[in-house]
Parts: sequence; structure tokens; C-alpha cells
Amino acid sequence: MKKVIILSFVLVNTMFAAFSQNEKFTAAMTATLEQMKAAKTSEETADVAAKFERIAEAEKRQWLPYYYAALIKARMAFEAKDKDKAADEATALLDKAAAIEKDNSEIFCVRATICYAHMMVDPMTRWMQYGADATKNLDAAMKVDTTNPRPIILKANSLKNTPEQFGGGCATAKPLAEKAAKLLADFKPASSLHPIWGKESIDEILESCK
Amino acid sequence: MKKFLLLLSFFLTTCFVFSQTKITGTAKDQRGRKLIAASIALKNSYDGAVTDSLGNFSFKTFEKGVFVIEAKMTDHKTVEQNITIGKEPIVLEFILKEEVSELKAVTVTAGSFEAGDKKRASTVLSSLDIVTTANANADITSAVKTLPGAQQVGEQEGLFVRGGAGYETKQFIDGTYVNNPFFSGAQDIATRGRFSPFLFKGTVFSTGGYSALYGQALSSALILESIDLPERSEVDASISSVFVGVGAQQLSKNKKSSYGFNYGYTNVGLYFNLIKQKPDYFTVPAFHSLEGNFRFKTKKGMVKFYSSFNSQELGLRRPNIDDENLKNAFGLKNTNLYNNISWKENLGNGWKMNWAGSFSTNKDDIFSQIQDQNNQHQFTGLSYIDNNNFTLLQTQNVSQIKSVFEKRLQGISVLRFGSEYWHSYTKAKYSTYSSTLNDDFVAGFAETDLYITNGLAAKIGARLEHSSIINKWNVAPRISFAYKTGKDAQMSFAYGDFYQKPENIYLYTTKNFDYTKATHFIANYSKIDATHTFRVEAFYKKYQNLVKTYPNYNNDGNGYAQGIELFWRDKKTFKNVDYWFSYSYLDTKRDFNNYPTELQPTFAANHTASLVAKRFVLKWKTGFNFTYSYATGRPYYNFQNPSGTKYEIKDMGKTIDYNTLSFSVNYLPNLGKQNTKTFIVWVLSATNILNQNQIFGYNYSYNGNIKQAITPPAQQFFFLGCFISWGVDRSQDAINNNL
Repeated sequence: MKKVIILSFVLVNTMFAAFSQNEKFTAAMTATLEQMKAAKTSEETADVAAKFERIAEAEKRQWLPYYYAALIKARMAFEAKDKDKAADEATALLDKAAAIEKDNSEIFCVRATICYAHMMVDPMTRWMQYGADATKNLDAAMKVDTTNPRPIILKANSLKNTPEQFGGGCATAKPLAEKAAKLLADFKPASSLHPIWGKESIDEILESCK
Repeated sequence: MKKFLLLLSFFLTTCFVFSQTKITGTAKDQRGRKLIAASIALKNSYDGAVTDSLGNFSFKTFEKGVFVIEAKMTDHKTVEQNITIGKEPIVLEFILKEEVSELKAVTVTAGSFEAGDKKRASTVLSSLDIVTTANANADITSAVKTLPGAQQVGEQEGLFVRGGAGYETKQFIDGTYVNNPFFSGAQDIATRGRFSPFLFKGTVFSTGGYSALYGQALSSALILESIDLPERSEVDASISSVFVGVGAQQLSKNKKSSYGFNYGYTNVGLYFNLIKQKPDYFTVPAFHSLEGNFRFKTKKGMVKFYSSFNSQELGLRRPNIDDENLKNAFGLKNTNLYNNISWKENLGNGWKMNWAGSFSTNKDDIFSQIQDQNNQHQFTGLSYIDNNNFTLLQTQNVSQIKSVFEKRLQGISVLRFGSEYWHSYTKAKYSTYSSTLNDDFVAGFAETDLYITNGLAAKIGARLEHSSIINKWNVAPRISFAYKTGKDAQMSFAYGDFYQKPENIYLYTTKNFDYTKATHFIANYSKIDATHTFRVEAFYKKYQNLVKTYPNYNNDGNGYAQGIELFWRDKKTFKNVDYWFSYSYLDTKRDFNNYPTELQPTFAANHTASLVAKRFVLKWKTGFNFTYSYATGRPYYNFQNPSGTKYEIKDMGKTIDYNTLSFSVNYLPNLGKQNTKTFIVWVLSATNILNQNQIFGYNYSYNGNIKQAITPPAQQFFFLGCFISWGVDRSQDAINNNL
């Protein structure tokens, strides 16, 4: 009996430890996601990215914190002075996410965003290479998860910023944004920590393409 | 309920059993400057912070015990520190050394224009720039002529740089020297380069002070680096007013190898019927060219092979200057085979290897005749006219191997060393005289790129050479420095000795020569950001041991060149307009060949300027390109030797200024079409649209009484072409392979 008590005590204890670790992760992620939503300045955003990176490095087996850190860095790269360098930093984080979670639609989306950041350094000479790479990643993202609205949002956004003569503009961007809106409405994330972003981008496209 | 209890106990244990510890501190670099946005992380925990605008950070943690705390920041060395967290607050100071990074570090730019490197946004010319430069007609050398340092010489091929003759500029492809980079041609008519700009991903135009890896170029080096794998498989075709071409590139499914070929046929017959040429062409210039390539990735490197074969012919008649009833007829047949193989490998442990080999053979079959008005071969009995009755059969073979090893030292500093060997064989039969030249040339070189800080770099090297034909050694030191003077701005200085063996034409007569020598001193200031490039460069060059041809062949020539050059490129000020401006001031004199004294050479103008502007109009999918080039008149001389002992200047002068305004239009009808696999470019171009007279110099009759202007065969050149490529997009395969 004594053994049973000790054993159950040990069992409960380890379960408790495991459970608390998981709870701790969820709690930290939830809080950081809230902070990400609230972040306004570039300092706040950089702070959130650093937080995700710390969680990622402490956990090592979770792809989501790497993913969010990469996502934020990729978005920040557009404003960075050295866009290539910032984009490379995002890639390094994303590679770690991809090593844990293979062929994830969301990861392909961030890859595409990174391509666009590289392209913006010198769009005239780089669109052939990086534009094509971005499209490749978005196509892959759509292929692995046909219900994911985010590759479509990114595509719509890229088209909106492409001159009409190049087959872009509202004429092509708007229908995609509308499609993405429908998909987003039906989208069920795997957990409360999984990516759900996109509504703001859709609204922005639809607003400017009225 | 259970969850609630667990959570409660979790909070109890964390909040009450342990209390939080505050960790604060600062992050600075090695020079004590505060670091903003450095990331501080308590490893294996979620806790940490980012430094604020004062370089301070602060956070609290529940963790207790021994931990590693890490501070990291872009371009700085990550620092780790062990700490023991107890109840007491902890104050830390991190010092993060700035890392010398390739992108931030200064680069030695004195004397060189780097172009086409994708990583750096601030390149001077990309291959796209070369094909969209009006007046260049997709010829690399012509586009390079819009950069400072190069002369607007139109009557000979080659780059005449800073008072140097055309043969003092050498071209290198993937490290090895190219013996016949231009098509063969007739006197006073410049020819194009043999190589398409699309073969190359990087071009470095060095107007002096270049690396110890290269030698045998007294004035300048044009260093070309071939492309790696193509981005996709495609089939190309082109048709234009002067040529037709087909080609194909096949990229393997795993994107590790590729092969391709191109065939082109150029015939200017139709064009010459429409646009009158001054010479009477009895054989219309025509070329066949065939190229092949294969490239594959090795474990950590790449092997590239390129081969091209050209055959060409032309024949023309021009009036004889000494006798108006006679004509000079000139006929040429040329074949040229060029092969280049290179192997780059990352050997690991900071070692890299670069191996290259090339073989080229060039055959010229030339005849020159004096003809009468009925185009019949004539002998006059006057040696100065009959000199033009000859045949020349010449074969030039050059084989080379070159190996370069590179070892990474501390940071991004590197040490490079290696050696090269060339064997050149030239056999010429001039009418009935035959002669053969053989040269075994060896060189060893070492150079180091030292990055002392991000703001100070040095390149120090030396080169040792031996040429068997003149049986002489030389040692050439090369030193350059770059110092960062401010944001995006830097100064560079370069010094170097450069040697070149005399041209074959002199070696046929005697081998009793030394190397010709030039010493370069260069100071440069540049300010470069993503959309602007500003450069100013001053130089002084001393020429020694130049070849004199009178009274005998010797090395007694000498000279100097000095000047100042400006370059400004701006992609931003005018919306959608990209323009660059270059200006060169040159003061040079040399005593060489049969010059009676030190004179400004005929290929040197004092002032040269170019303005290149490009605008792409998205709405019309059309690019408009303009180039305006200007140069002050160049000197011309008539040397006579009446006494038979000494050349004298009988006549001299300066040509009229050189002006040319050229434009080209590129129309891309399929640009931006979604999912199209066909890409079309229409090109329309015209040189010298204002039809301004161009005089490059004068030819004199034997007695010096008649002088004739050297002018281009036609004042203007017009071109209309259509280039189509059908891409075989492999992106679908790539996606499928990924999943």
C-alpha cells in the first residue's frame, strides 16, 4: 500500500510537472500573442519577436514560437535598413520551425513574405527571381492546405501592389480577397495558439478596392 | 475543478514558495557605445528582455539557481554569462564585440567598378544594365565605355583606359585570361566582343590597382564571372535586322545541373543594302557562332564548362591614299574556339579552392591587295604601296591552368594564394616568311584581405611572374586600403606595380625585351546607398620600359598619366528614371613606338563624359534608354623620317570633338501576364541619332601631303530585333518534390 501511495505520488508529481510545463507554454504563448496584437511601435514589435524567440529556444520542440518570431521578423524586414540581412534572420528562425513541422502551409506563407522582403531591395532587377520564389511558396502553401486563407491573402496583397499592366491591381486582387474572407470565416485553427491572422489585410484590400 | 486546483497549486508554488528576482543591466559594444535592441535571454527559460534606447534592460524571473544568460544582437558576437539567481537583484553589463560582416565592412573600391553582384544593392552595372544601355547594343565593352576611365575610341576595339592602349586592358573569364575577346576585323573599324553579357553574373571593371590574382595587363582588367545554374529551363529564339539565333537551356529536375547550347548566324548583307557603308564590301561580314555549356553542383561547390566556336568572314575595299586610281582590298576569314572550365569547391575548415583551365585557338586568314579600278590585283613597284600586297596566316593558341586557394582567417579576413601557367603558341606566315612564338608563362601570387574593423580594411598582395619568351622575372606588389569616413562613405587608396610582356608583333622581330611596366597610385572617395552612387577618384600612373620601335626595338619608352574622374548614379530623384553620369579628366603623355618624343597618344582625349538615362514606362511595358557621350578631340600626328636617322613631327593637330546621342527602346509585350510561359522582348536602337560627324584621327599618305579622316564605316547604326524565350517552368515539379 505504501508503495502504491509513493508510486501514485510520483506519478501525479511527474504528470503535474508535465502538465504545468504545457500550461506554462500555453500561458506564455497566449500572453505573447495578446502582446503581439497590441504592439504598436517597432520597439514593442521587436520585443514580442524576442519573446517568441526565447520561448522557442527554451522549448526547442514547438514550431509555433519560431513561426511567430519569423513572421514578425519577416514583416519587420520591409522597414529595415538592410532588408536582406533582416530577411535572412527571419529565414534562420523559420528554418528551425520547418525542421520541427514539415510542409506546413503557414510556414510556406512566411517564406513567401521573406521573398517579398528580399525583392523590395531592388524590385526592378529582383522580381524575376524573388517574385517567382514567392509565388512558388504561396502555391505550395495552397496545395498543402486548401482551407488556409493566408496564402490567398498574401497573393491578393501582392497583386494589389502590382501594376495593372503586370496583371495586378484591384481587378485581380479583389476577388482573391473575397475568396480569402470566406475561407477565413470557415477557418478552424488547430488550437488557440495556431495562426488565425489575416482579417485586417483582407479588410484593407477590400477597403482600398471599393 | 481539478484543473483549477492544479493551476492554483502551480501559482502557489511559483508565487509563494519562490519570489521573483530582478535582473537589470546594460549592453554596449567594445567601444562603449550603448546597444539598442540587443536581445537578452535567460536560457532554458522564457525570461528576458530587449535593451531600450539607452541600452538598458530589466526583467524579473521566478527562476532560481545557476543559469546561462545570453546577449545577442545583429552584427555582434553573442555573449554568454553564467549567473546564480538567488533572492538578490542582479545587475549585469554585457559587452558585445562588433562582428566584421561582409555587408557592413568597407571594401577596397579604389580603381574598380564592381557590377552585378546580387547581394550588394549598390552595384554599378548589372547585365540588365548592359543590355539596356543605349549605344552599347548589348556589347559589354561598349557599356563599360560609359564608365569613367574609359576612352571613346571608335576606330579600334578594346578598352583604352587612363592613357593606356587597348592591348593594355585584358579580359578574364572565371579567373583565366581571354586571348581574343573581340571578333577579328579590318583596320580602323572596331569590332564587337565575342561574349554575350547574359553569360555573366558579375563584372568588375578595374581601371587600375587591381588584385594580385591578375597580371599581364598594364592598365586595366575586365574581370567577368560566369553565371551558375540558370533559373529555369527554356528555349530561346531571336530574329533581328542582322542576325538570327536559337538556343536552349535545360535545368535538371533536382536543380543540381544544367546544360545548354546556342547557335547564331549574323549577316549584315541586308542591312548594308539599306544603310550605305563607306567601304565597298565584296564579302559581307558574316558570322556563325555556336556555344555550349554544362554546369553542375558538387558537394559544396560547382563545376562550370563553357565552349564557344565562331567562324567569320569579311572583305572590303577602300581607296588607296597614295594613288587615287588604286584601291586597298582586305579579306579576312577567322575561326575561334574558346573553352573554359572552372571548379569552385568549399573544402571546409575555412578553405576554398578555385581551379580554372582554358584553351583557345584563333586562326586568321588574311589577304591584302592593291587593286585597280577593275578590282584587279596590281603591283606598282613602289614599296610603300606594294607593302599592302600580302597574305597573313596566323594561328594563336593559349592554354592555361590556374589554381587559387583561399583560407579564412579571423572574422571575414582571408588569405588567398595560388599559381597559374599559360602556354601560348603563335604561328604566323606573312606572305612567304614564317615564324613561330612559344611562351611558357608562370606566375605565383598571394594576397590577403584584412578586415581590421568594419571601418578599416586592407588588401595586400604580390605577384611573381616569369615569361620564357623574354626570359625575365618580375615581382609586382599590390597594396590597397579602405577606410570608412561616415555613413555609407569611404576612402580608398591603392598602389601597385603592373607588368606586361611586349605584344607578339614586336616579339617576331626580337625577343630581347624586358616587361613594360606601370605603377599606379589611386585615391578614391565613394558614398553609396541603395539608390545613389557617388565616386570621385584621382590617379597617377607612371609608365616605364614601353616598347620603342625606332631606331631599333627596345624598352626605352616611358610616360605618365594622371587625372580625376567622377561618377554619379541616381535611381531615385526622378521617378522611374535611372541615370548615371561619368566624367574623366586625363593628362597623359608617352614616348613609345616611333614617337619622336613624349606626346599625348592618339587614343587619349583630355575630357570624356557620358550621360546614360533609362526610364521604364509600366503602362506601355516599354523602356526608353538614352546615352550621350562626349569627348574632346584626340591628337593625331604625321611622323616623317627625312634624314633616315630620326622621326620628326611633320604635321599634328586635334580631331573635332566627339559627340554621340543614342537611344534604344525595349518593349516587353508579355510582361506581367499571369501564367504565360512566353517572354518576348522587342529591341529598337539607333546610335548617333543627331547624325553628328565623328572623326577618330587621320591617315597620311606616304609623303605626308594627303591626309584622310578616319571615320566609322557608317555614321549611324540601326537595329531592330525580337527575342523570345519559352520558359519551361519547373516550379510545379519543385512543389511536388517538396511534398
